[in-house]
Amino acid sequence: MLLSEAITQGPEFFSLAPWIIFFPVIGLLINMSFGGRMKERTIGILASSASGLAFVTSALLAISLLAHPEGAILPLAEWISIGDLQLNWSIRVDTLSTTMMLVVSGVGTLIHIYAIGYMHEDVRFKGDPGRYQRFFVFFNLFIATMMILVSADNYLMLFVGWEGVGLCSYLLIGVWYDRDLLGRPGTENALAGSKAFIANRIGDFGFLMAGFTMFWTFRTVTFSGVFAQVSQIAEIQPGAILAITLFMLLGVAGKSAQLPLFVWLPDAMAGPTPVSALIHAATMVTAGVYLVARSAPLFSAVPEAQAWVAWVGGITALFAATIAVGQHDLKKVLAYSTISQLGFMIAAVGMGAYVAGMFHLVTHAFFKALLFLSGGSVILGIERGHHHLDHENHHDEEVFDPGDMRLMGGLRKKMPVTFLVFTVGAVALAGIPPLAGFFSKDEILAEAFHLNFPVYILLAIAAFFTAFYMGRQVWLVFFGDPRHPAADHAEESPPVITTPLIVLAGLATLGGILNLPWVHTFTHWLEHTFETFHLHLHPGKFNLLIAIISTALAVLAIFLAWLLYGRKPLLKNQADPLKKILGPIFTGMNRKWYVDEAYDHLFINRYIDLARFLSIKVDWDFWHDWFHDRVIVAAYRQGARILAGPIDLGIIDGIANGLAKFFQAVANRFRKLQTGYVRNYALAVFAGVVVLLGYLILQ
Amino acid sequence: MTFFSNPLNLVTLFPLVGVLVILFFKQEQKKEIRWTALIVSLITFGISIWVLTLFDSGDPDLQLVINLPWIEIASWTISYQMGVDGLSILLVLLTAFLTPISLLSTWTAVEERVKDFMIFFLLLEVGMMGVFLAQDLFLFYVFWEFTLVPMYFLIGIWGGPQRMYAAVKFFLYTMAGSVLMLLAILWLGIYQGSFSVPDLTILGGIPAQVQLWLFLAFGAAFAIKVPMWPLHSWLPDAHVEAPTAGSVILAGVLLKMGTYGFLRFNIPLFPQAAVKLAPWMALLSVIGILYGAAVSYYQRDVKKLVAYSSVSHLGFVMLGLFALNQQGIQGGILQMINHGISTGALFLLVGIIYERRHTREMDDFGGLWKVMPVYGALTLVVTLSSMGLPGLNGFAGEFPILLGAFGSEAIGSSWYAGFATLGVILAAVYLLYMFQKLFLGPLDKDENKAVKDLTVRELITIVPLVILIFWIGLYPKPFFTLMAPAVEKLLTVIQAASLALY
Repeated sequence: MLLSEAITQGPEFFSLAPWIIFFPVIGLLINMSFGGRMKERTIGILASSASGLAFVTSALLAISLLAHPEGAILPLAEWISIGDLQLNWSIRVDTLSTTMMLVVSGVGTLIHIYAIGYMHEDVRFKGDPGRYQRFFVFFNLFIATMMILVSADNYLMLFVGWEGVGLCSYLLIGVWYDRDLLGRPGTENALAGSKAFIANRIGDFGFLMAGFTMFWTFRTVTFSGVFAQVSQIAEIQPGAILAITLFMLLGVAGKSAQLPLFVWLPDAMAGPTPVSALIHAATMVTAGVYLVARSAPLFSAVPEAQAWVAWVGGITALFAATIAVGQHDLKKVLAYSTISQLGFMIAAVGMGAYVAGMFHLVTHAFFKALLFLSGGSVILGIERGHHHLDHENHHDEEVFDPGDMRLMGGLRKKMPVTFLVFTVGAVALAGIPPLAGFFSKDEILAEAFHLNFPVYILLAIAAFFTAFYMGRQVWLVFFGDPRHPAADHAEESPPVITTPLIVLAGLATLGGILNLPWVHTFTHWLEHTFETFHLHLHPGKFNLLIAIISTALAVLAIFLAWLLYGRKPLLKNQADPLKKILGPIFTGMNRKWYVDEAYDHLFINRYIDLARFLSIKVDWDFWHDWFHDRVIVAAYRQGARILAGPIDLGIIDGIANGLAKFFQAVANRFRKLQTGYVRNYALAVFAGVVVLLGYLILQ
Repeated sequence: MTFFSNPLNLVTLFPLVGVLVILFFKQEQKKEIRWTALIVSLITFGISIWVLTLFDSGDPDLQLVINLPWIEIASWTISYQMGVDGLSILLVLLTAFLTPISLLSTWTAVEERVKDFMIFFLLLEVGMMGVFLAQDLFLFYVFWEFTLVPMYFLIGIWGGPQRMYAAVKFFLYTMAGSVLMLLAILWLGIYQGSFSVPDLTILGGIPAQVQLWLFLAFGAAFAIKVPMWPLHSWLPDAHVEAPTAGSVILAGVLLKMGTYGFLRFNIPLFPQAAVKLAPWMALLSVIGILYGAAVSYYQRDVKKLVAYSSVSHLGFVMLGLFALNQQGIQGGILQMINHGISTGALFLLVGIIYERRHTREMDDFGGLWKVMPVYGALTLVVTLSSMGLPGLNGFAGEFPILLGAFGSEAIGSSWYAGFATLGVILAAVYLLYMFQKLFLGPLDKDENKAVKDLTVRELITIVPLVILIFWIGLYPKPFFTLMAPAVEKLLTVIQAASLALY
């Protein structure tokens, strides 16, 4: 706190806050309008600068907060206002939102820079350079929508960002919308995008329901408005708050890929690696964690909801970690690892350990972005090798998957920088001191130990698996001998790719400094926000025993991984050694415990059946063909016959004849009527009206 | 104010000037006819903007009223009474806005009998304007029935292969409902002694039991028009067979005549019945939302998919109106406009690809985004708007509707809104499916490889709609401001009725 004392009268830049959204929007508008005529590199640099300027703005906001920790609210415009429903475009700058802004724009800018190099090669390997522009337009749009999400001052503006980032995820998963996972023509990527969108929509259903309940309970959806009334409402209507938080949990499960909605995230790896790193690891998927932390006063008011959140997080953490062990695809391992780590964060914020959850969110953003990006560098390196082979050997037409770890091996010599940074990320994720992951994960475990012991057990086992699958991955990818000629010819990536990796490796190494035990810089930083809502954060106590247990577990897991994959490296075409040991369990892990199949069987196919039944049987055969075209038409005809016969009064006859003539003339004039029935119908209707009219008048 | 200088008369009757001029052209003078129709409809749009500038958004009552005695039989007076208020001003603007866009979309699509086409189209505009402005029940009925005739011919002459069947069905269906409405109108005229809607609203005093019957009689006409489930069977036929411009107007404006009817007549004239029947209306709306969404998903023809999506979307509108609270009704009115814009745009977009490929089967497409990037991007925006993405117009209507329905006292249970909210998921399912079938995946059909992206004329038809999609999505305030006082006034009528009931 010394720094803030030094500049208590420091500068205040709060009014710049909207620029965190405007900069990326300007970037995307320029790239969208003129990108077609600009050089590739210009597009990339422009997009990166837009994100970079957003980062500078966020940093200025953070500096302002040092002097003015109470933050600021900047109303921009009215949005939807009907009666007492008042929704505004309004930005909230406090230590919590600014933390997210810094992560999003900071990591985002590094990934933008990386993508300049990555997409340059990717579009060439896939043979469509036009996609470069599209990618950066969407990438900037993502930064903009994510900034809306984290800077919102009310739940509905947050929801704009919430669905906006979902849209960007959809668009970016489908940047190669005309390909399958291996770059051949197909619909796989497009379907992965739709799956992500729809799974998220199910979560958004929960979010909306939470919003409705919230409005009718609190008559407002602004953060401060809601939180100010929580203690009062919790007395009289605890059920309402429970409903709000549980609906919100559904939203969180969608966005942050928790059980039961996690299934979209592994498929989302169809997107280019920078997308996986930025959206599906570092930022967007953590929005759920942010939402719970932001709604801390609500969740803290209902312990029952907290327990639900903690259990969902804990179970997801373990469940996804087991699946990660059985994957052969480099990015899939990281995807399940992300789900698992998100489970850690959700469990933490669920237990009320908001700082621990947010701390892990930040460090995870560093090391998981690092892992994905260096993984992307590996894939590019192998593609370069494959490309090289293609040039030598033109008839080489085999289907080749550059992400399959079974075809890698020995890359530490071919790609030394990538190897080094990937290992840093892996060690950080495994939770080995003194890297960033150790401190943040340990804080969660220490909190869980006190707050919710069963969940602690789940998380501790998940942490063991984490260290194991990371060890497995490092040995499979970088050690032993190349198991495919492409891996043998792999080449290191250029500096535009490796530089951001080195920066991230530095952050992953030193990130723990943010909230060292006994210092608690980050706790004090976030305290300002939580105290506004009368929530007092207790600085997590460092528990040496737990630290030793977790470290020992991690070391043991890595040792096991070495036994299986390091001591005798995997050979070409050799089955995974774990498969021999675990048999069907390994297959279960590999097939992600058949959750996708179960969902297909239980929900998706049932919905398709229902839609088919409704549209063909009910709507068409029954309503359309039978009820309307048969029953109603028959009734009309019958009516017409009766009216034309017994009730054939003079007046009606006259009018009817006139009408009939008129309609006949009209019909003849324009087209011979298919049936001629129209005359009868019209006659019947008009005659009926006249009869009734006459009755009413004469009555 | 003399008859022709009243801006409401002008906006209603001005298209007739175009009809007169076009009559003097020969059938072969297609270019002149098209331009005349377009310019006349643009001037009409200009007049509607003039009406807007004269409109006082703070005033809850009817404005710019013209009231002339028209027909007097025995003791009844049928008057030529027109007026505009917050309930109808946006629909007037929407009609005037969509007509020139629709006309422009026919530039190359309609080559046969252009003269007749344009005459019918302008006549249709007269009818629609009249429906939204008439304040005398009899006059309203005349305009209501009048819209049938041009639409009947638009479908029946310029439609697809099954056009006669669809046109007849459209005509008879709507007629059948109208008859009951006519009877109810006559009852009101005889027993309440007036056809004037404002007078009848003030008069009130219809026994609750009678209100119920009258509500149902009016409701029959409107529910068919909306269309509410299960009376929607004419809609897919009419849409699939109608020419593009016909579909745009049908979805964009004609369906709104049904929802507007409920808002203008059923709720204020029979408020006790409206309060009593609100849960039932909500139930039908929710069924329509979910049913329409599920059936949409299984369609193979894009146009049919969009047609069924209207059943779902208008379910939202009806749910909002019968929430009978401020959020619900205002959201419902805005959603009428939104649906006109988004679904109108979707039909335009479908028409554009149909003109190029002469098919609407989704299986015939795939990967179009590659060859038609602008078309793809615009379709994406419209699709997202249709599925209610926040920040675009659909959400600005859907959210208040669902919020209103959730807390509605008249509906009485949050379950309706809960189930309706599921429709938001299903909308994403069928719309993303449509987008994927058309634009994503490999470009593997040879016929699709050479299709051209949008022409300037096509851009001019779509871009104004897309601008509105963003405008209403980001800053709907001016739209809500226009309707708020009139809706508040309507709410006092409803509250009085609820008090009388309970």
